[in-house]
Amino acid sequence: MKITEYLKNHLLYLDGGTGTLLQEAGLRPGEPSENWNLTHPDKVTAIHKAYFDAGSNLVNANTFGVNALKYRDDATLEALISAGIENVKKARDLCTGTQEKWVSYDVGPLGRLLRPFGDLDFEDAVAIFAKGMKIAAKCGADVVFIETMNDSYETKAALLAAKEACELPVFVSNAYGEDGKMMTGASPAAMVAMLEGLGADAIGLNCSFGPEALSGVAEEYLAASSIPVLFKPNAGLPRVENGRTVFDCLPDEFSKEVRALAEKGVRAVGGCCGTTPDYIRAVVEATKDVVPYPITEKSTTVVSSYTHAVAFGDRPVRIGERINPTGKKKFKEALKVGDIGYILREGIAQKEKGADILDVNVGLPEIDEISMLKSAVTELQAVLDTPLQIDTADPCAMETALRLYNGKPMINSVNGKKESMDAVFPLAKKYGGVIVALTLDENGIPETAKGRLTIAKKILREAEKFGIKKKDIVFDPLALTVSADDRAGIETLKAVKSIRTELGCHTSLGVSNVSFGLPARDAVNSTFFAMALSAGLSAAILNPYSADMTKVYAAYLAINGQDTGCAEYIRTMEALAEEIPSAPAAPAAANKPKTAQEAGSELENAVIRGLKNVAAEKTRELLLSKDPLSVVNGEIIPALDKVGKGFEEKTVYLPSLLMCAEAAGAAFEVIKSVMTKRDASAKCPFVLATVKGDIHDIGKNIVRLLLENYGFAVHDLGRDVEPERIVDEVLRTASPLCGLSALMTTTVGAMEETIRLLRKKAPTCKIVVGGAVLNKDYAEAIGADKYAKDAMETVRYAEEIYAELKK
Amino acid sequence: MISTDRLYSVKSYKADELPLDRREILRYAGTLESTPEADGLLSEVLSEILPLLTYRVCFREFELVLTGDYIDLGFATLRSRSLARHLRGCDSAVLFGATIGIEPDRLMNRYARLSPAKALLLQAVGAERIEAVAEAFSAELSEIMKKEGKTVKTRFSPGYGDLPLEVQKDIFELLSLPKNIGLTLTESCLMSPTKSVTAIIGIS
Repeated sequence: MKITEYLKNHLLYLDGGTGTLLQEAGLRPGEPSENWNLTHPDKVTAIHKAYFDAGSNLVNANTFGVNALKYRDDATLEALISAGIENVKKARDLCTGTQEKWVSYDVGPLGRLLRPFGDLDFEDAVAIFAKGMKIAAKCGADVVFIETMNDSYETKAALLAAKEACELPVFVSNAYGEDGKMMTGASPAAMVAMLEGLGADAIGLNCSFGPEALSGVAEEYLAASSIPVLFKPNAGLPRVENGRTVFDCLPDEFSKEVRALAEKGVRAVGGCCGTTPDYIRAVVEATKDVVPYPITEKSTTVVSSYTHAVAFGDRPVRIGERINPTGKKKFKEALKVGDIGYILREGIAQKEKGADILDVNVGLPEIDEISMLKSAVTELQAVLDTPLQIDTADPCAMETALRLYNGKPMINSVNGKKESMDAVFPLAKKYGGVIVALTLDENGIPETAKGRLTIAKKILREAEKFGIKKKDIVFDPLALTVSADDRAGIETLKAVKSIRTELGCHTSLGVSNVSFGLPARDAVNSTFFAMALSAGLSAAILNPYSADMTKVYAAYLAINGQDTGCAEYIRTMEALAEEIPSAPAAPAAANKPKTAQEAGSELENAVIRGLKNVAAEKTRELLLSKDPLSVVNGEIIPALDKVGKGFEEKTVYLPSLLMCAEAAGAAFEVIKSVMTKRDASAKCPFVLATVKGDIHDIGKNIVRLLLENYGFAVHDLGRDVEPERIVDEVLRTASPLCGLSALMTTTVGAMEETIRLLRKKAPTCKIVVGGAVLNKDYAEAIGADKYAKDAMETVRYAEEIYAELKK
Repeated sequence: MISTDRLYSVKSYKADELPLDRREILRYAGTLESTPEADGLLSEVLSEILPLLTYRVCFREFELVLTGDYIDLGFATLRSRSLARHLRGCDSAVLFGATIGIEPDRLMNRYARLSPAKALLLQAVGAERIEAVAEAFSAELSEIMKKEGKTVKTRFSPGYGDLPLEVQKDIFELLSLPKNIGLTLTESCLMSPTKSVTAIIGIS
């Protein structure tokens, strides 16, 4: 019988721990246990057999630590996996128990963290996992069992690899901490959303703690999961007794706890560290009369990030629309020069304004959308835990982003055209996601709500053919502009209502389209938003910076009984009130108008003290009476110089220097917005990077900030950068200066290699280096032009080189 | 040879077991005298990061045989003159790894572009916090050993003296740090999460 069939009507018994048993059989600490697959096959087989004898249905091969990262030689990898699986098969054949028996290929974490926090590339991780899985499938494993994963991203890499490498059922088990989250932050609900979306056959948790401590996490799985949940806890907590490590939860107690969870719906049970065949025997005995709890399809629509899930239906979901170049000149400029920082700032600001999900659209005809979307998604998910809505019309860009996304994303969008459905549905099926479906097709957008409903039904039918569930489709019945058709608003609202009530599906609207061509658009948008919410709208793509939308949203929740004591409403309104004084439109006339001279010294003072908001405010005031360049040269630069000099003389410390630089940065932002292109031209390009292998980049970021303040066009390549990329960027930008940082002795080699390559390909470029392990002599020895002990010294050197260039 | 290792466990500390030292944080950030503005920013940073931290330690005790510059730990033999000197007179040692988790790295990454001043302070908070964990663990170990009539040496980390960073590979494997506390090593032997410590403590 297939194990997936068996799971439908039975409780599946897994195995228990092997580490302690192997050590009792003579494995030394530090010795890789998988070696025993080859050197002591009989002892390993005996342990497997003891589990089958105890009643296990599925026994894991001793391959937890075997992977292509650790064993780079293919022959060794294959030998260890094939012997590991052979040992379980032998045990299965030797066991006389009559239960159904299967063999699983056990996959543990690689022990390396994925980028950006570690140095392992996501696709490399997929390839490493896939290699072992192909071998296991060839050797006759029945199941791929991914377990003890404590990072969501690595879990995704492993599951994706399994789906691509073989046809075997895949079980996925994660390890949770005492806070009920994985070590890199994922909640059970977030994992369920992602893993179901990617097509796992059973999901759950193992290791960390005993059954009692983990029961809360197991219940969270049960509440969210539409597929079988597995549970493999430790034998309690380890503690030291008479000089030996023992576990505090004995088989009797263990099996009682496991039984309680089996009654609540857990469908596959076993043990992890500290458990032995006695534990499994006790579990089998304790649960023999448990009637398997039916697995029910959960109908909640859920998206997730690497930390949390966002569910539709409870509170209306706000999707931030600002990461989209349409109609935004500055954004288009940022995209053309590859300024990811701009996208990150928009993302973070929208989150701070309450966005639950961020739409990400970086499509521009003149840029490479695939690589831009890839970097945008990668960088956004490195700094923000808000789920993303991948918004592109290019299926290749879509697939790239879906692969890399660390969670279950929203997919924007599909429509009723056959071509669109044929392109988007297979991607959604493979990677998971909630799809935004626009109610239009080959014949355009129907004028009536009825017409749009018909298309929605067609889309649902087609999605089903691809195996996509109704809950994973959210309809956008399209807000059209009321100035062109006075029925437009009404029909859209009717469509929202009927999709919700007749189809039971959620809806999302890009509300601001409704006001196109009208004055005072915010009034129309916010009224329409309120009406749509009351018609049952589940989500809206909107501008989170709009005060009117924020007010409507807060008021709606209060009126709709979703804001206890109106606390959130009051908080929101207070926050809005605080913002108003610093808004650009705030009338300065209320106070006595200041002379330019007064504001000048105030600006200098604000920059020196590091007060960002005041600095921006004072700059705006000054610009009313002075030209931008004189504000820069007469106020901001002198302030920077004063603080910089203080830093060099050790009367000002680093935090104050940085706060001053940030305040100057805030002032420059205001200046830039009024400057023409010609005024804004920078001094010269400066390529900056933390070298390959090094992930410490605080120092480099400080250097960037100060260089930018002093007018250099900094091209910051980030950290862990290949020498070739640095050289390419120097050549591409014709940069006369390149700064490299390295913090550890182990990465200075990469710095030396980069310098060697730069000398060969870009001999005129001056190289300045810095970082904790370097000094003047060391810098000379590896061929740098300059060692800078801190950011100010780098600035001075850059100014010096720039002055020479100008001559 | 059969292992005679004794202690091997994973533990977490609670925030209130690790009192916060603001002066120390500012010192890590390169400040000797603070300004009201820097203090304000530090308070902001603390309220953001502290709720996100976890304090995990994994430790294991090993028998020790010293022969000249060679330190035989049973599972591996290290060669380091400075460590051998440091461990003189010890007959066992505790290896440990500690981390405060990935969140400081995430926030530092977020503020790398938005506010390097905040990133700097986060870095300093992380340094102070991980040091606090390592100190709390050393103190606790010292208490346990005292009951058995033993004393502990100060901790010694890879990279100190002539003990190479490459030793990390053995320590990580031996303590299963990725699995036990979510601490990993990069190809160039750097720790990720970055706010982490590994060390060896001699016991005599």
